[in-house]
Amino acid sequence: MNLNALWEYANPVKFMRTTERMLPFFWISAAACLVIGLVWGFFFTPEDYRQGSTVKIIYLHVPSALMAINCWLMMLVTSLVWLIRRHHVSALAAKAAAPIGIVMTLIALATGAIWGQPMWGTWWAWDPRLTSFLILFLFYLGYVALWEAIDNPDTAADLTSVLCLVGSVFALLSRYAVNFWNQGLHQGASLSLDKEENVADVFFLPLLVCIAGFVLLFIALVFYRTGTEIRARRMKALLARERVGA
Amino acid sequence: MIALLSRDLKLSFRAGGGFGLGLAFFLIVTVMVPFSVGPQSSLLSTIAPGVLWLGALLACLLSLDRLLALDWEDGSLDLLATAPLPLEAVISIKSLAHWITTGLPLVLAAPVLGVLLNLPGPGYFWLVVSLLLGTPALSVIGTFGAALTVGLKRGGLLMSLLVLPLYVPTLIFGAEVARRGAIGMETQTPLLMLAGITAATIALLPFASAVVLRVNLR
Repeated sequence: MNLNALWEYANPVKFMRTTERMLPFFWISAAACLVIGLVWGFFFTPEDYRQGSTVKIIYLHVPSALMAINCWLMMLVTSLVWLIRRHHVSALAAKAAAPIGIVMTLIALATGAIWGQPMWGTWWAWDPRLTSFLILFLFYLGYVALWEAIDNPDTAADLTSVLCLVGSVFALLSRYAVNFWNQGLHQGASLSLDKEENVADVFFLPLLVCIAGFVLLFIALVFYRTGTEIRARRMKALLARERVGA
Repeated sequence: MIALLSRDLKLSFRAGGGFGLGLAFFLIVTVMVPFSVGPQSSLLSTIAPGVLWLGALLACLLSLDRLLALDWEDGSLDLLATAPLPLEAVISIKSLAHWITTGLPLVLAAPVLGVLLNLPGPGYFWLVVSLLLGTPALSVIGTFGAALTVGLKRGGLLMSLLVLPLYVPTLIFGAEVARRGAIGMETQTPLLMLAGITAATIALLPFASAVVLRVNLR
């Protein structure tokens, strides 16, 4: 595959045309995966012998936590593309993704608290995973606030991109720092590629479907919101031109 | 470079320069702690390292507002940016000046305040060492935050929001050194991590700050 062909999508018109054609597919498949996965997970899986029915929150908790981290990774890549190649679509995609990341982080924190109350006997514990998610949440908030605070779109894109790069380093650092700072209450990774044993299969398959649903939903939302950002910027340019003309 | 450093120091030592603001804040926070948690000396000596570190961090944060904003307002930042000195060096000098006026007084005041909080004997040495190693990182990271928000009218709240998560690793390792030192545990691992963070931020972050400042001065 010719990777250079990818840069064609830096053209907003081409990006809009392609994503608009793909969007219905992503919406429908995301909805299908989420409905199938959640219904399967909530109603057709057995209860865990220790956790009872609370285990079912895994179908929201794990995918949202996964997407919260991957969303930041996506922003990191698009920020780099903006800083190096100065494609506006890339900067706008990062801007569009950040609020989605905030929501995903909030879902993960909230579902975790709801699960933790009956299971650990507390809504919140200063466990490394919980703490690093709280820090991630703060990073998202700062990132979005910086976008909102600056009027000039190019300046805002530059500053937030640098913040994203520096923030990534510090987020990783915090992840290891909090590991060092407190022993965990949270269980280990539910899913991993290099482990023999994952979550038991009855829970695992619907979970995979849910994760696929969240990924598709995320892609659809990012495409949709990026399109909105491009339109908003075009509208601003048109208005400015009109004002100059009049 | 030395001229710039002495100018920044002079400006901050003069009346209204903001020298002592952080120190006063640090003093107030630590003196108020016993009133809020109670005077039991065992409790105070447990939380003393953490309280002193937190106080130092907040005092640093408080003084960041003035770090670049004044130079931005009167236009001297534009002059500095066009000066033959690279902007990275300007930024580093600014961080150094901030550390000398804010970080260093905090380090010197910390043992005195440690007495008030009943810090255990071996803790003093480690408290001073950890603050001495950690506060430069706080200044450098803070300069990055100040450079990000320098163009904004009321950037104070935004800057705190941006800088706080960046401070987390430094605070964790710094306070851990002080805590372990106070109860007589070995401190090597967190001390090395803290030193690593400080060295890395001093070496790398001025470049990011300079990039950001150039964008803001554009």
